[in-house]
Amino acid sequence: MTRTPEMLHVTVQRGTAQDSRKERYDVPARENQTVLDVVSWIQQEADPTLSYRFACRVGMCGSCAMMVNGVPRWTCRTHVSRVAGDGRLDIAPLRNLPVIKDLATDMDPFFDKWVAAEAHHHPTRGRLEEFDPIKPDSPERAEANLGIECINCGICYAACDTVAGNPDYLGPAALQRAWTLLNDSRDADRPGILAAVSGRGGCHNCHSMGSCAQYCPNGLNPMRAIAGLKRETVKAALRGKRDA
Amino acid sequence: MLDLRLYMAQRLSALVMAPLVLGHIAVMIYAIQGGLSTAEILGRTQGSLLWFLFYGTFVLAVSVHAAIGLRVIAHEWLRLRGTALGLLTWGTCAALLALGFSAVFAVTLP
Amino acid sequence: MKHPPRSHPLWLAFVLHRVSGLALALFLPAHFWLLSQAITAPARLDGFLAFADNPLVKIAEFGLVFLLAVHMFGGLRLMALEFLPWSDRQKTLAAGAVGAALFLSGTFFLRAI
Repeated sequence: MTRTPEMLHVTVQRGTAQDSRKERYDVPARENQTVLDVVSWIQQEADPTLSYRFACRVGMCGSCAMMVNGVPRWTCRTHVSRVAGDGRLDIAPLRNLPVIKDLATDMDPFFDKWVAAEAHHHPTRGRLEEFDPIKPDSPERAEANLGIECINCGICYAACDTVAGNPDYLGPAALQRAWTLLNDSRDADRPGILAAVSGRGGCHNCHSMGSCAQYCPNGLNPMRAIAGLKRETVKAALRGKRDA
Repeated sequence: MLDLRLYMAQRLSALVMAPLVLGHIAVMIYAIQGGLSTAEILGRTQGSLLWFLFYGTFVLAVSVHAAIGLRVIAHEWLRLRGTALGLLTWGTCAALLALGFSAVFAVTLP
Repeated sequence: MKHPPRSHPLWLAFVLHRVSGLALALFLPAHFWLLSQAITAPARLDGFLAFADNPLVKIAEFGLVFLLAVHMFGGLRLMALEFLPWSDRQKTLAAGAVGAALFLSGTFFLRAI
Protein backbone atom coordinates (compact mmCIF):
# COMPACT_ATOMS: atom_id res chain seq x y z
CA MET A 1 0.00 0.00 0.00
CA THR A 2 1.25 3.45 -0.89
CA ARG A 3 0.84 6.15 1.72
CA THR A 4 -1.79 8.72 0.80
CA PRO A 5 -0.03 11.93 -0.27
CA GLU A 6 -1.24 15.21 1.23
CA MET A 7 -1.87 16.88 -2.08
CA LEU A 8 -2.96 15.44 -5.40
CA HIS A 9 -1.31 16.90 -8.49
CA VAL A 10 -4.09 17.14 -11.02
CA THR A 11 -4.00 18.26 -14.66
CA VAL A 12 -7.30 18.98 -16.33
CA GLN A 13 -7.89 19.53 -20.04
CA ARG A 14 -9.64 22.88 -20.43
CA GLY A 15 -11.18 24.74 -23.34
CA THR A 16 -12.80 23.58 -26.55
CA ALA A 17 -11.62 21.17 -29.23
CA GLN A 18 -10.18 24.06 -31.27
CA ASP A 19 -8.44 25.66 -28.31
CA SER A 20 -7.53 23.20 -25.58
CA ARG A 21 -4.90 23.48 -22.88
CA LYS A 22 -3.86 21.60 -19.74
CA GLU A 23 -4.27 23.33 -16.40
CA ARG A 24 -2.68 22.22 -13.15
CA TYR A 25 -4.38 22.15 -9.78
CA ASP A 26 -3.23 20.97 -6.36
CA VAL A 27 -6.15 19.29 -4.65
CA PRO A 28 -6.17 18.18 -0.99
CA ALA A 29 -6.04 14.41 -0.77
CA ARG A 30 -8.64 12.62 1.32
CA GLU A 31 -8.62 9.08 2.60
CA ASN A 32 -11.81 8.31 0.74
CA GLN A 33 -12.15 10.28 -2.46
CA THR A 34 -13.45 9.64 -5.95
CA VAL A 35 -12.18 11.25 -9.13
CA LEU A 36 -15.51 13.07 -9.36
CA ASP A 37 -14.88 14.48 -5.86
CA VAL A 38 -11.59 15.86 -7.16
CA VAL A 39 -13.23 17.47 -10.20
CA SER A 40 -16.00 18.92 -8.00
CA TRP A 41 -13.42 20.30 -5.55
CA ILE A 42 -11.64 22.10 -8.41
CA GLN A 43 -14.90 23.58 -9.65
CA GLN A 44 -16.07 24.65 -6.18
CA GLU A 45 -12.77 25.79 -4.66
CA ALA A 46 -10.36 26.66 -7.48
CA ASP A 47 -12.15 27.60 -10.69
CA PRO A 48 -15.93 27.92 -10.87
CA THR A 49 -15.78 28.14 -14.68
CA LEU A 50 -14.81 24.46 -15.01
CA SER A 51 -17.47 22.62 -16.99
CA TYR A 52 -18.19 18.94 -16.42
CA ARG A 53 -21.14 16.60 -16.23
CA PHE A 54 -22.54 14.40 -13.49
CA ALA A 55 -25.91 13.59 -11.96
CA CYS A 56 -26.48 10.57 -9.72
CA ARG A 57 -22.99 10.06 -8.18
CA VAL A 58 -23.76 6.35 -7.60
CA GLY A 59 -22.99 4.75 -10.96
CA MET A 60 -26.54 4.68 -12.30
CA CYS A 61 -26.89 7.55 -14.75
CA GLY A 62 -23.76 7.21 -16.88
CA SER A 63 -23.09 10.93 -17.27
CA CYS A 64 -19.77 11.45 -15.47
CA ALA A 65 -17.42 9.37 -17.65
CA MET A 66 -14.04 10.99 -18.37
CA MET A 67 -10.52 9.98 -19.36
CA VAL A 68 -8.55 9.42 -16.16
CA ASN A 69 -4.81 8.96 -16.74
CA GLY A 70 -5.59 7.97 -20.33
CA VAL A 71 -8.25 5.41 -19.44
CA PRO A 72 -12.03 5.99 -19.71
CA ARG A 73 -13.72 5.63 -16.33
CA TRP A 74 -16.95 6.46 -14.50
CA THR A 75 -15.50 9.09 -12.22
CA CYS A 76 -18.17 8.84 -9.50
CA ARG A 77 -17.26 5.22 -8.74
CA THR A 78 -13.52 5.49 -9.35
CA HIS A 79 -11.53 5.94 -6.17
CA VAL A 80 -8.43 8.08 -6.52
CA SER A 81 -6.44 5.55 -4.49
CA ARG A 82 -7.10 2.91 -7.16
CA VAL A 83 -5.92 4.93 -10.15
CA ALA A 84 -3.36 7.41 -8.79
CA GLY A 85 -1.04 5.70 -6.34
CA ASP A 86 1.58 8.38 -6.98
CA GLY A 87 -0.88 11.22 -6.37
CA ARG A 88 -0.98 12.31 -10.02
CA LEU A 89 -4.20 12.55 -11.99
CA ASP A 90 -4.64 13.53 -15.62
CA ILE A 91 -8.29 14.24 -16.36
CA ALA A 92 -9.59 14.83 -19.89
CA PRO A 93 -12.93 14.71 -21.70
CA LEU A 94 -14.13 11.36 -23.04
CA ARG A 95 -12.16 10.24 -26.10
CA ASN A 96 -13.65 9.89 -29.61
CA LEU A 97 -16.31 12.57 -29.00
CA PRO A 98 -16.32 16.30 -29.83
CA VAL A 99 -15.54 18.52 -26.85
CA ILE A 100 -18.09 21.20 -26.00
CA LYS A 101 -16.05 22.76 -23.21
CA ASP A 102 -13.54 21.46 -20.67
CA LEU A 103 -14.70 17.99 -19.56
CA ALA A 104 -18.13 18.09 -21.22
CA THR A 105 -18.34 16.24 -24.53
CA ASP A 106 -21.05 16.35 -27.16
CA MET A 107 -22.74 12.93 -26.87
CA ASP A 108 -24.85 13.43 -30.01
CA PRO A 109 -22.68 11.30 -32.36
CA PHE A 110 -22.80 8.51 -29.76
CA PHE A 111 -26.59 8.50 -29.54
CA ASP A 112 -27.11 9.15 -33.27
CA LYS A 113 -25.33 5.86 -33.84
CA TRP A 114 -27.75 4.02 -31.54
CA VAL A 115 -30.51 5.17 -33.86
CA ALA A 116 -28.45 4.33 -36.96
CA ALA A 117 -27.93 0.79 -35.61
CA GLU A 118 -31.74 0.44 -35.22
CA ALA A 119 -30.91 -0.01 -31.54
CA HIS A 120 -34.39 1.02 -30.44
CA HIS A 121 -37.48 -1.08 -29.79
CA HIS A 122 -39.70 -1.99 -32.74
CA PRO A 123 -43.00 -3.06 -31.14
CA THR A 124 -44.85 -6.24 -32.16
CA ARG A 125 -48.10 -5.44 -30.40
CA GLY A 126 -50.25 -2.50 -29.42
CA ARG A 127 -51.22 -1.47 -25.90
CA LEU A 128 -54.61 -3.17 -26.07
CA GLU A 129 -53.12 -6.57 -26.81
CA GLU A 130 -51.86 -9.21 -24.39
CA PHE A 131 -48.21 -9.20 -23.29
CA ASP A 132 -45.84 -11.47 -25.13
CA PRO A 133 -44.58 -13.85 -22.44
CA ILE A 134 -40.79 -14.10 -22.15
CA LYS A 135 -39.24 -17.21 -20.63
CA PRO A 136 -36.38 -15.93 -18.46
CA ASP A 137 -34.32 -19.08 -18.99
CA SER A 138 -34.60 -19.28 -22.78
CA PRO A 139 -31.18 -19.05 -24.49
CA GLU A 140 -32.14 -15.86 -26.36
CA ARG A 141 -33.26 -14.15 -23.16
CA ALA A 142 -30.09 -15.27 -21.36
CA GLU A 143 -28.00 -13.76 -24.18
CA ALA A 144 -29.99 -10.49 -24.14
CA ASN A 145 -29.69 -10.29 -20.33
CA LEU A 146 -25.91 -10.10 -20.65
CA GLY A 147 -26.17 -6.72 -22.36
CA ILE A 148 -29.17 -4.90 -20.93
CA GLU A 149 -27.45 -3.28 -17.94
CA CYS A 150 -25.79 -0.71 -20.20
CA ILE A 151 -26.05 2.81 -18.73
CA ASN A 152 -25.00 4.65 -21.95
CA CYS A 153 -21.95 6.17 -20.30
CA GLY A 154 -19.86 6.06 -23.51
CA ILE A 155 -16.82 4.46 -21.87
CA CYS A 156 -16.66 1.59 -24.38
CA TYR A 157 -16.99 4.09 -27.22
CA ALA A 158 -14.09 6.11 -25.82
CA ALA A 159 -11.98 2.99 -25.23
CA CYS A 160 -12.42 1.62 -28.76
CA ASP A 161 -9.49 2.18 -31.15
CA THR A 162 -11.68 1.16 -34.07
CA VAL A 163 -13.98 4.11 -33.35
CA ALA A 164 -10.88 6.32 -33.14
CA GLY A 165 -9.66 5.19 -36.57
CA ASN A 166 -13.01 4.90 -38.31
CA PRO A 167 -15.45 7.68 -37.37
CA ASP A 168 -18.32 5.94 -39.21
CA TYR A 169 -18.10 2.86 -36.98
CA LEU A 170 -21.25 2.52 -34.90
CA GLY A 171 -19.29 1.49 -31.82
CA PRO A 172 -19.69 -1.09 -29.06
CA ALA A 173 -22.64 0.38 -27.12
CA ALA A 174 -25.02 0.83 -30.07
CA LEU A 175 -24.12 -2.58 -31.50
CA GLN A 176 -24.58 -4.28 -28.14
CA ARG A 177 -28.06 -2.75 -27.84
CA ALA A 178 -28.86 -3.97 -31.37
CA TRP A 179 -27.77 -7.45 -30.25
CA THR A 180 -30.02 -7.44 -27.17
CA LEU A 181 -32.97 -6.40 -29.36
CA LEU A 182 -32.14 -9.10 -31.90
CA ASN A 183 -32.48 -11.61 -29.06
CA ASP A 184 -35.77 -10.11 -27.85
CA SER A 185 -38.85 -11.90 -29.19
CA ARG A 186 -40.85 -8.69 -28.65
CA ASP A 187 -38.83 -6.86 -31.30
CA ALA A 188 -40.48 -6.85 -34.70
CA ASP A 189 -37.70 -5.74 -37.02
CA ARG A 190 -35.02 -8.41 -37.08
CA PRO A 191 -34.20 -7.87 -40.79
CA GLY A 192 -34.04 -4.11 -40.21
CA ILE A 193 -31.52 -4.53 -37.37
CA LEU A 194 -29.40 -6.99 -39.37
CA ALA A 195 -29.33 -4.56 -42.31
CA ALA A 196 -28.52 -1.58 -40.08
CA VAL A 197 -25.49 -3.31 -38.52
CA SER A 198 -24.19 -4.58 -41.88
CA GLY A 199 -23.39 -1.25 -43.54
CA ARG A 200 -20.06 0.51 -43.93
CA GLY A 201 -19.87 1.47 -40.27
CA GLY A 202 -21.38 -1.78 -39.08
CA CYS A 203 -20.37 -4.61 -36.77
CA HIS A 204 -17.94 -6.10 -39.32
CA ASN A 205 -15.44 -3.31 -38.62
CA CYS A 206 -14.85 -4.64 -35.09
CA HIS A 207 -11.36 -6.12 -34.56
CA SER A 208 -12.23 -7.83 -31.26
CA MET A 209 -9.53 -5.94 -29.37
CA GLY A 210 -11.88 -6.07 -26.40
CA SER A 211 -11.23 -2.63 -24.93
CA CYS A 212 -15.01 -2.23 -24.61
CA ALA A 213 -15.22 -5.27 -22.35
CA GLN A 214 -11.99 -4.38 -20.56
CA TYR A 215 -13.22 -0.94 -19.42
CA CYS A 216 -17.03 -1.34 -19.19
CA PRO A 217 -17.78 -0.25 -15.60
CA ASN A 218 -20.74 -2.64 -15.46
CA GLY A 219 -18.68 -5.61 -16.59
CA LEU A 220 -20.59 -6.05 -19.85
CA ASN A 221 -18.98 -7.56 -22.94
CA PRO A 222 -19.93 -5.70 -26.13
CA MET A 223 -17.21 -7.64 -28.02
CA ARG A 224 -19.21 -10.82 -27.42
CA ALA A 225 -22.42 -9.12 -28.57
CA ILE A 226 -20.73 -7.84 -31.74
CA ALA A 227 -19.38 -11.34 -32.47
CA GLY A 228 -22.99 -12.52 -32.22
CA LEU A 229 -24.08 -9.87 -34.73
CA LYS A 230 -21.32 -10.92 -37.14
CA ARG A 231 -22.46 -14.54 -36.86
CA GLU A 232 -26.15 -13.73 -37.37
CA THR A 233 -25.54 -11.37 -40.33
CA VAL A 234 -23.39 -14.01 -42.06
CA LYS A 235 -26.03 -16.68 -41.39
CA ALA A 236 -28.75 -14.44 -42.77
CA ALA A 237 -26.67 -13.65 -45.86
CA LEU A 238 -25.96 -17.31 -46.56
CA ARG A 239 -29.62 -18.17 -46.04
CA GLY A 240 -30.60 -15.34 -48.40
CA LYS A 241 -28.26 -16.70 -51.06
CA ARG A 242 -29.73 -20.20 -50.71
CA ASP A 243 -33.29 -18.91 -50.97
CA ALA A 244 -32.58 -16.77 -54.02
CA MET B 1 -13.86 -0.06 -43.31
CA LEU B 2 -15.67 -3.27 -44.00
CA ASP B 3 -19.20 -4.10 -45.00
CA LEU B 4 -20.68 -7.59 -44.81
CA ARG B 5 -19.39 -8.68 -48.24
CA LEU B 6 -15.78 -7.60 -47.67
CA TYR B 7 -15.93 -9.15 -44.20
CA MET B 8 -17.10 -12.48 -45.63
CA ALA B 9 -14.41 -12.37 -48.32
CA GLN B 10 -11.84 -11.69 -45.60
CA ARG B 11 -12.97 -14.58 -43.37
CA LEU B 12 -13.47 -17.01 -46.27
CA SER B 13 -9.99 -16.34 -47.68
CA ALA B 14 -8.60 -16.78 -44.15
CA LEU B 15 -10.33 -20.15 -43.75
CA VAL B 16 -8.98 -21.31 -47.12
CA MET B 17 -5.47 -20.20 -46.17
CA ALA B 18 -5.23 -21.73 -42.67
CA PRO B 19 -4.38 -25.29 -43.89
CA LEU B 20 -2.25 -23.86 -46.73
CA VAL B 21 -0.17 -21.83 -44.26
CA LEU B 22 0.35 -24.92 -42.12
CA GLY B 23 1.43 -26.84 -45.23
CA HIS B 24 3.73 -24.00 -46.33
CA ILE B 25 5.39 -23.85 -42.91
CA ALA B 26 5.79 -27.65 -42.94
CA VAL B 27 7.49 -27.46 -46.36
CA MET B 28 9.77 -24.68 -45.12
CA ILE B 29 10.78 -26.65 -42.04
CA TYR B 30 11.43 -29.71 -44.22
CA ALA B 31 13.27 -27.89 -47.01
CA ILE B 32 15.38 -25.38 -45.08
CA GLN B 33 17.82 -27.94 -43.65
CA GLY B 34 21.11 -27.81 -45.51
CA GLY B 35 20.16 -24.58 -47.29
CA LEU B 36 18.05 -23.96 -50.38
CA SER B 37 18.90 -23.82 -54.07
CA THR B 38 16.96 -22.95 -57.20
CA ALA B 39 17.50 -26.46 -58.54
CA GLU B 40 16.15 -27.99 -55.31
CA ILE B 41 13.02 -25.81 -55.36
CA LEU B 42 12.35 -26.48 -59.04
CA GLY B 43 13.03 -30.19 -58.59
CA ARG B 44 10.20 -30.32 -56.07
CA THR B 45 7.67 -28.12 -57.83
CA GLN B 46 8.29 -28.12 -61.60
CA GLY B 47 5.62 -29.93 -63.58
CA SER B 48 3.58 -30.71 -60.48
CA LEU B 49 -0.15 -30.06 -60.81
CA LEU B 50 -0.53 -30.56 -57.06
CA TRP B 51 1.93 -27.78 -56.16
CA PHE B 52 0.38 -25.58 -58.84
CA LEU B 53 -3.06 -26.01 -57.27
CA PHE B 54 -1.66 -25.60 -53.73
CA TYR B 55 0.19 -22.37 -54.40
CA GLY B 56 -2.32 -21.12 -57.00
CA THR B 57 -5.10 -21.31 -54.39
CA PHE B 58 -2.77 -19.72 -51.85
CA VAL B 59 -2.07 -16.76 -54.17
CA LEU B 60 -5.77 -16.26 -54.93
CA ALA B 61 -6.70 -16.25 -51.25
CA VAL B 62 -3.79 -14.12 -50.05
CA SER B 63 -4.43 -11.48 -52.73
CA VAL B 64 -8.01 -11.03 -51.52
CA HIS B 65 -7.04 -11.23 -47.85
CA ALA B 66 -4.08 -8.82 -47.99
CA ALA B 67 -5.97 -6.31 -50.15
CA ILE B 68 -8.84 -6.11 -47.65
CA GLY B 69 -6.46 -6.01 -44.69
CA LEU B 70 -4.44 -3.14 -46.18
CA ARG B 71 -7.71 -1.36 -46.98
CA VAL B 72 -8.73 -1.42 -43.32
CA ILE B 73 -5.30 -0.27 -42.13
CA ALA B 74 -5.16 2.53 -44.73
CA HIS B 75 -8.59 3.74 -43.63
CA GLU B 76 -7.96 3.58 -39.88
CA TRP B 77 -4.35 4.74 -39.77
CA LEU B 78 -4.00 6.95 -42.86
CA ARG B 79 -7.60 8.18 -43.10
CA LEU B 80 -7.81 7.10 -46.74
CA ARG B 81 -11.39 6.98 -48.02
CA GLY B 82 -13.64 7.01 -51.10
CA THR B 83 -12.12 6.39 -54.53
CA ALA B 84 -8.55 6.32 -53.22
CA LEU B 85 -9.47 3.54 -50.79
CA GLY B 86 -11.16 1.53 -53.55
CA LEU B 87 -8.16 1.99 -55.85
CA LEU B 88 -5.80 0.84 -53.11
CA THR B 89 -7.93 -2.26 -52.43
CA TRP B 90 -8.32 -3.36 -56.04
CA GLY B 91 -4.80 -2.26 -57.02
CA THR B 92 -3.26 -4.32 -54.21
CA CYS B 93 -5.39 -7.30 -55.14
CA ALA B 94 -4.47 -7.08 -58.85
CA ALA B 95 -0.75 -6.52 -58.19
CA LEU B 96 -0.52 -9.45 -55.76
CA LEU B 97 -2.42 -11.70 -58.20
CA ALA B 98 -0.07 -10.76 -61.08
CA LEU B 99 3.14 -11.12 -59.05
CA GLY B 100 1.90 -14.22 -57.26
CA PHE B 101 0.90 -16.08 -60.40
CA SER B 102 4.13 -15.16 -62.18
CA ALA B 103 5.93 -16.80 -59.24
CA VAL B 104 3.65 -19.86 -59.23
CA PHE B 105 4.04 -20.28 -63.00
CA ALA B 106 7.80 -19.83 -62.76
CA VAL B 107 8.26 -22.67 -60.28
CA THR B 108 5.54 -25.11 -61.40
CA LEU B 109 5.29 -24.93 -65.22
CA PRO B 110 7.06 -27.92 -66.78
CA MET C 1 8.46 -0.15 -18.34
CA LYS C 2 5.47 2.13 -18.32
CA HIS C 3 2.52 0.65 -20.16
CA PRO C 4 0.75 2.88 -22.64
CA PRO C 5 -2.73 3.75 -21.37
CA ARG C 6 -5.47 1.34 -22.42
CA SER C 7 -3.08 -1.53 -23.12
CA HIS C 8 -4.32 -4.97 -22.07
CA PRO C 9 -3.67 -8.52 -23.31
CA LEU C 10 -6.34 -8.68 -26.03
CA TRP C 11 -5.41 -5.19 -27.25
CA LEU C 12 -1.80 -6.38 -27.56
CA ALA C 13 -3.08 -9.42 -29.48
CA PHE C 14 -4.87 -7.01 -31.84
CA VAL C 15 -1.70 -4.95 -32.36
CA LEU C 16 0.34 -8.11 -32.99
CA HIS C 17 -2.24 -9.33 -35.52
CA ARG C 18 -2.29 -6.01 -37.34
CA VAL C 19 1.47 -5.48 -37.40
CA SER C 20 2.16 -9.08 -38.48
CA GLY C 21 -0.45 -8.81 -41.24
CA LEU C 22 0.98 -5.52 -42.45
CA ALA C 23 4.55 -6.85 -42.45
CA LEU C 24 3.52 -10.00 -44.34
CA ALA C 25 1.62 -7.98 -46.94
CA LEU C 26 4.66 -5.75 -47.51
CA PHE C 27 6.97 -8.78 -47.71
CA LEU C 28 4.83 -10.69 -50.24
CA PRO C 29 5.70 -8.69 -53.41
CA ALA C 30 9.44 -9.22 -52.81
CA HIS C 31 8.87 -12.92 -52.12
CA PHE C 32 6.81 -13.36 -55.31
CA TRP C 33 9.20 -11.36 -57.46
CA LEU C 34 12.25 -13.33 -56.35
CA LEU C 35 10.57 -16.69 -56.98
CA SER C 36 9.41 -15.55 -60.42
CA GLN C 37 13.11 -15.29 -61.36
CA ALA C 38 13.57 -19.08 -60.94
CA ILE C 39 13.39 -19.78 -64.70
CA THR C 40 14.41 -16.50 -66.29
CA ALA C 41 17.27 -15.63 -63.94
CA PRO C 42 18.13 -18.64 -61.75
CA ALA C 43 21.49 -17.08 -60.92
CA ARG C 44 19.72 -14.18 -59.20
CA LEU C 45 17.58 -16.52 -57.10
CA ASP C 46 20.61 -18.67 -56.25
CA GLY C 47 22.57 -15.57 -55.38
CA PHE C 48 19.87 -14.59 -52.92
CA LEU C 49 19.59 -18.10 -51.50
CA ALA C 50 23.36 -18.09 -50.87
CA PHE C 51 23.01 -14.70 -49.16
CA ALA C 52 20.25 -16.27 -47.04
CA ASP C 53 22.84 -18.58 -45.43
CA ASN C 54 24.02 -15.53 -43.49
CA PRO C 55 23.05 -16.03 -39.81
CA LEU C 56 21.41 -12.59 -39.65
CA VAL C 57 19.16 -13.52 -42.59
CA LYS C 58 18.29 -16.76 -40.79
CA ILE C 59 17.09 -14.70 -37.85
CA ALA C 60 15.04 -12.52 -40.19
CA GLU C 61 13.55 -15.67 -41.74
CA PHE C 62 12.70 -16.94 -38.26
CA GLY C 63 10.94 -13.62 -37.70
CA LEU C 64 8.94 -14.00 -40.91
CA VAL C 65 7.87 -17.56 -40.07
CA PHE C 66 6.85 -16.36 -36.61
CA LEU C 67 4.79 -13.50 -38.09
CA LEU C 68 3.11 -15.89 -40.53
CA ALA C 69 2.33 -18.45 -37.82
CA VAL C 70 1.15 -15.91 -35.25
CA HIS C 71 -1.08 -14.21 -37.82
CA MET C 72 -2.63 -17.57 -38.70
CA PHE C 73 -3.15 -18.80 -35.12
CA GLY C 74 -4.33 -15.36 -34.00
CA GLY C 75 -6.73 -15.26 -36.95
CA LEU C 76 -8.06 -18.72 -36.10
CA ARG C 77 -8.74 -17.47 -32.56
CA LEU C 78 -10.69 -14.50 -33.94
CA MET C 79 -12.76 -16.70 -36.25
CA ALA C 80 -13.46 -19.10 -33.38
CA LEU C 81 -14.51 -16.08 -31.27
CA GLU C 82 -16.89 -14.98 -34.02
CA PHE C 83 -18.34 -18.28 -35.20
CA LEU C 84 -18.15 -20.75 -32.31
CA PRO C 85 -20.06 -20.51 -29.02
CA TRP C 86 -18.56 -17.82 -26.78
CA SER C 87 -15.57 -18.70 -24.61
CA ASP C 88 -14.37 -16.53 -21.74
CA ARG C 89 -10.82 -17.83 -22.15
CA GLN C 90 -9.77 -15.37 -24.88
CA LYS C 91 -6.61 -14.22 -23.09
CA THR C 92 -5.46 -17.83 -22.65
CA LEU C 93 -6.25 -18.59 -26.29
CA ALA C 94 -4.36 -15.49 -27.46
CA ALA C 95 -1.34 -16.52 -25.39
CA GLY C 96 -1.67 -20.03 -26.80
CA ALA C 97 -1.58 -18.63 -30.35
CA VAL C 98 1.71 -16.86 -29.59
CA GLY C 99 3.09 -20.03 -27.97
CA ALA C 100 2.16 -22.23 -30.94
CA ALA C 101 3.68 -19.69 -33.35
CA LEU C 102 6.90 -19.60 -31.32
CA PHE C 103 7.03 -23.40 -31.36
CA LEU C 104 6.65 -23.63 -35.16
CA SER C 105 9.05 -20.79 -35.94
CA GLY C 106 11.50 -22.11 -33.35
CA THR C 107 11.43 -25.54 -35.00
CA PHE C 108 12.11 -23.83 -38.33
CA PHE C 109 15.02 -21.88 -36.84
CA LEU C 110 16.63 -24.94 -35.29
CA ARG C 111 16.45 -26.79 -38.62
CA ALA C 112 17.76 -23.73 -40.49
CA ILE C 113 20.95 -23.18 -38.48
